[in-house]
Amino acid sequence: MTTAPVISSARATVAIRSENLCRHYHMGENVIRAVDGISLEVPSGEFLALLGSSGSGKSSMLNLIAGLDRPTSGSVFVQDRDLAKLSREDLAKYRLHVVGMVFQSFNLIASMTVMENVELPMRFAEIDRGQRQTLAREALERVGLRGRIDHRPSELSGGEQQRTALARALINRPKLLLADEPTGNLDSRTGTEIMDMLREFNRELGMTVVMVTHERALAEKYAERMVFLADGKLVEDRPNGPTMSAGGVS
Amino acid sequence: MKLPDLTELALRNLRESLLRNSLTTVGISVGVASLVAMLSLGIGLQQMASRRLVKSGLFDTIIVSSRREMRGMDREEERNGPIFGESRILDEAARQEIERIPNVSEAYPDIRFATELRFEDKPHLTMVTALPLSARSNDAFDGMQGSFFTSDSAPEAILQKSFAEELLGKTPPLGAPEPNVKELAQPLLGKELVMHFAQRGPTPAAGGDSETGDVAGASYSVVSREQKLKIVGVSDQDPESMRGASRAKVFLPLKLAEDLHVMLPTDLREISRASDQAVYSSISVRVKNPAKIQAVEDAIKKMGFTTFSIADASRGLRQFFGVLYSFLGIFGSLALIVASIGIVNTLVMAILERRREIGIMKAIGASDGDVRRLFFAEAGAMGVLGGILGVLFGWAIGQAINFGTNIYLKRQSLPPENFWAVPWWLVAFAIGFAFLVSLVSGLYPAGRAAKLDPVQALRYE
Repeated sequence: MTTAPVISSARATVAIRSENLCRHYHMGENVIRAVDGISLEVPSGEFLALLGSSGSGKSSMLNLIAGLDRPTSGSVFVQDRDLAKLSREDLAKYRLHVVGMVFQSFNLIASMTVMENVELPMRFAEIDRGQRQTLAREALERVGLRGRIDHRPSELSGGEQQRTALARALINRPKLLLADEPTGNLDSRTGTEIMDMLREFNRELGMTVVMVTHERALAEKYAERMVFLADGKLVEDRPNGPTMSAGGVS
Repeated sequence: MKLPDLTELALRNLRESLLRNSLTTVGISVGVASLVAMLSLGIGLQQMASRRLVKSGLFDTIIVSSRREMRGMDREEERNGPIFGESRILDEAARQEIERIPNVSEAYPDIRFATELRFEDKPHLTMVTALPLSARSNDAFDGMQGSFFTSDSAPEAILQKSFAEELLGKTPPLGAPEPNVKELAQPLLGKELVMHFAQRGPTPAAGGDSETGDVAGASYSVVSREQKLKIVGVSDQDPESMRGASRAKVFLPLKLAEDLHVMLPTDLREISRASDQAVYSSISVRVKNPAKIQAVEDAIKKMGFTTFSIADASRGLRQFFGVLYSFLGIFGSLALIVASIGIVNTLVMAILERRREIGIMKAIGASDGDVRRLFFAEAGAMGVLGGILGVLFGWAIGQAINFGTNIYLKRQSLPPENFWAVPWWLVAFAIGFAFLVSLVSGLYPAGRAAKLDPVQALRYE
């Protein structure tokens, strides 16, 4: 098993770069090292899968890249922006404009319709109502939910909810799409639909995709590169099959 | 986030927990209603008191006299004001000048003299004064029997009840119940009174005698005259209560009294002054608005006269109502403060319930400020809605109390009164205050919601 974390990138720009990234939690006297010294480079436009068993630190790593959490030490750069040095306000702007997120549990707001959920990030971006609705309709059309815009999440199937979440993640045209177990709550057929969409966004819109999953098969099918974590450490980083276009193990 | 979006989201969130938010809003409205009820009671009482006092003619009247009249009384004005010899004479020119002061509705001479009135050949000595026709609105004449003067120069008289008793020989012994004014008026109305008085007229010698050093116009003759007067009214109340011992019991129309040229005590004093203008011992000045009485008084004082009004008493009254307002306001606000704790409670509960939602909003790009403003908007919306409801409640309570009190007054044969007044400024103040209190209540919950850690919040089920 290769453990060397240094990636030689063939792509023009680096989307994400972490240097000795750590995120430690204190639980009483114990220190939990959720992320423990990970150095990683993700080129722009790559589809990367973060794999590992439960508690391996993959979601914590994703939260650090998403700007939802701050590192205990080390640094994480996204498009040459050191997230650790951003203010809370700038971090919110970063999440609004640079990152789109999809979660295992969809995380839609139950009291809002599909349309309103998709529009929500644009309200924070202070986009006018007219433009907001046009963009939201376009995004919903893209994920095949045009006919469901006035439904509430509880009236949708799991796949439809995740597609709504995808439309919401796309709405502000982010450079980075982060997905935390996006198929975890879906049956395999629906999961495949969602994964196809992720790949489509990655290829057609040129988005860098970082997906956390514990399903190795899924990663092997869709990701260009697989990074394995265990106990907060990077244990393996390797390209995936013939579709791989970049990244590699030194 | 833009304000319309913020408002829309806030109202949507309030609708989501409709029962709890409605109860909180009702709590605020009860607080506002109690504040509005308390303050409008205070305002209503003050307006009622002012209306009564204005109608009494005491609060819109200034009595002006020359400093010469005050000589020897050791008043502050006398000590600090211009010395006696230099002070101004209260003559017709001065009266006209006073009448031109802004907010003065009229200035008329106080013609007041003690004289003999004969009724059925019996002489009665009393104080007589003249009233302008405007005195008709004085509430002392509200319960009057008969009618007011038909014109300003009609040979008519209105009697004060105690003089009517005297004429009829019905003066009740001390402590005995007073006779009804209706019974007193019946035998007197339309009857004739004969007034004996000393009339001042020019002397044939006017023009001056060089040997004795007479001054032109400074001498006159005094002729004894009679004037028949028809009794047209008997007044139950005393319109002259502020005059003390010199208050009159018989009233004549002003023009009639002026034309009679009754010899007044000041005539003797002014004899040394060469002038053909009428000189008055005092002038009554009525102002259009009792609130302006101080300004008018100051203007008259500047002219060099001494003034007297009950403005001092009204200042005390205003002070009293100021204190009353504060107390009523504090008690009224207590309920609103209790209601504001309800807002804090509701919003803190909302944070717990919507923890995950806050996490989602932050994950998709909401800033701390967006979350804070959203909770503020929810608190503010509850405040404004509660404020509007509260004003309506308060107004309804006021109407109900007015209605109830007036039923009671009617049973007691008293005229209806409005104890309750909700002016527009109070409506605006109450809603504004509710909004402000709600925002303050929203401070802590909004701050707490804004500081939520998104990772923790997203984990919350």
